[in-house]
Amino acid sequence: MSLDAIVIAVLVAAALAVTLGSALGWAASRIEPDAGSLVEQIDALLPQTQCGQCLYPGCRPYAAAIASGAANIDRCPPGGDATVRALATLLDRSQRTLDPAFGAPKPAQVAWIDEEKCIGCARCLPACPVDAIVGAPRQMHTVIAAQCTGCELCLPPCPVDCIELRPAPAVSLRYRQPRAA
Amino acid sequence: MAARSTFPAGLALDAHKQQGCGSSIVEVPLPMQVVLALDQGTGYRAEPVVAVGDTVAMGTLVARADHPFASALHSPLAGAVVAIETREAAVEGGRSVCIVIASNGSDRIDDSVQPVADPASLSPDELARRLRDAGIAGLGGAGFPTATKLASARDRGAHTLLLNGAECEPWICCDDALMRSAADDVVLGALILRRAAGAVGCVIAIEDDKPAAIAAVADAIERQRDAALKLVAVPAVYPQGAERQLITAVAGIEVPSGGLPADAGVVCQNVATAAAVARWAAHGEPIVSRVVTVTGSGVGHPCNVRAPIGTPLSALIAAAGGYRGTPLRLIAGGNMTGRALPTDEIGLTKAMNCVLVATRDDIGSRLGAVELPCIRCGDCSNVCPAGLLPQQLHRAALADAHDALRQLGVHDCIDCGLCDYVCPSQIPLADRFRDARHRLNEAAAAAKKSADARERHELRTRRLQEAATAEQQAFESVRNRARPPGDDSAGGTN
Repeated sequence: MSLDAIVIAVLVAAALAVTLGSALGWAASRIEPDAGSLVEQIDALLPQTQCGQCLYPGCRPYAAAIASGAANIDRCPPGGDATVRALATLLDRSQRTLDPAFGAPKPAQVAWIDEEKCIGCARCLPACPVDAIVGAPRQMHTVIAAQCTGCELCLPPCPVDCIELRPAPAVSLRYRQPRAA
Repeated sequence: MAARSTFPAGLALDAHKQQGCGSSIVEVPLPMQVVLALDQGTGYRAEPVVAVGDTVAMGTLVARADHPFASALHSPLAGAVVAIETREAAVEGGRSVCIVIASNGSDRIDDSVQPVADPASLSPDELARRLRDAGIAGLGGAGFPTATKLASARDRGAHTLLLNGAECEPWICCDDALMRSAADDVVLGALILRRAAGAVGCVIAIEDDKPAAIAAVADAIERQRDAALKLVAVPAVYPQGAERQLITAVAGIEVPSGGLPADAGVVCQNVATAAAVARWAAHGEPIVSRVVTVTGSGVGHPCNVRAPIGTPLSALIAAAGGYRGTPLRLIAGGNMTGRALPTDEIGLTKAMNCVLVATRDDIGSRLGAVELPCIRCGDCSNVCPAGLLPQQLHRAALADAHDALRQLGVHDCIDCGLCDYVCPSQIPLADRFRDARHRLNEAAAAAKKSADARERHELRTRRLQEAATAEQQAFESVRNRARPPGDDSAGGTN
């Protein structure tokens, strides 16, 4: 093998490296990452409780704040550590646990209105982020359990404290008995 | 007549059927009290239509099937409803709301119990509705409402009714006894079911270790003179009686993953269900009793009994000679797929085909077994009749890896229990997979709920924004009207 062949090979490889490298650099500067789809991806991992415990008015605003770097990923108590880990995987962060300053995770719950005590003031209706309370002024109110996210936002407006949170109904009959033999 | 091949894998198990299967069916007398679980084994509850204190007769409807997976319940005796309360029951989750009826000693029969004049003249829809009202449900072990299954089969264009007389699980022989003693009922019921399913052909499949049942059903078919009725003897390999495996053995086709047998043109019904349909047609009798095997080394005289639904299991065991020796487990079902029960006060359900009172002789080898690590021997995948890879599934289940569990087909597991039966490390594989399926279902439900919440929240946000915009516009227009032209001073006037 002659010296020329080696020189040519090195030059060709160097030219390729320079051309492709500058093309990549140009592309990175011109094509912005799709911020919209990142918000969607983050929003898809949030539990959609819409409780505002992260101090943002709903899951999507919090997702936008995470995407823009304004908020950390450890602010969602309803999602618990599992959501923090899922977000960390998506965004390549090292965070693994929830910030306790924003609240502690709770088992799934749904609101229940004590219809004996309810005075029909309708103040809880606008508080519900998912329109899961049915009622009208001076009429009995009730919670659609299947739609309730258990966010607790209906508790503060109630003047007679007739709303309580109960464990969410079981989704499936989880096997609990010892197996035969 | 005999199917030469069967489904792949599976295992020939020690059948234990010599115990209790020779003698005829013993009638259990009406008990003083019955406990009818609203969930008869499918996980869905019927709605009670009686209240505590109501008087009922034999055959009176006591709970209505509002959900297509629930089955209507009828009183097996004349008496009064004494309680409607949550009790331990032979169902998933271990408890169900039960209607307790105490006998008043009379034998009054409800007026609604009337023979069906001419079942062949009823339209398939009408037949299905009447079968649902009669509480007819799969007596093979699942308790799934027959009418729902037939309607779905008709929608999907099933052409063949496959009557399942395989009864593959060790210990259980109630279908065998029924076919030997009431083969004509089985065949008559099959004809009614075939009509309700809109099917043309009808195949009755029986395992080849039941020659007496095969002979009796062959005679009954001979008497019917219906060319579309066929009898097939299938090899006695566990789990031959599983719906999909039986279809593979008889028709040589595989039901696709996620599909129903009806997609392959077949609808399965148990032979005992067919016999119950014949009783309903002949006497108008809803399902108020069933034949059940009471067996195991822990009972005096293992036998098959016909007992009212809701009879406490203690009465069944008494009819089979009472307890003997040192029973260790009371199991509803066989030793492979059965469910251990906490007490013998539980009432018989439609789905219960066997009461196994097991002693150390029966289940000793598996008692106190310590789970050891998987050694990757592959025995489980060699026996898996669904063609799955249990050892891979086990790794995915331990890691709770949902995507891997789905890809490996955890939803295609038929819960036969063969993998843990052969596992040299005594890993409770079938339990793990059942639990994993629950977790997958819970995750899917949570994902759906969260998607709903997102949509409702977005709709609400949009509605509030539109309302605010509309209010602002109304305010502007009022202010513009109230303000004299040329006046630039700020502030509303309204």
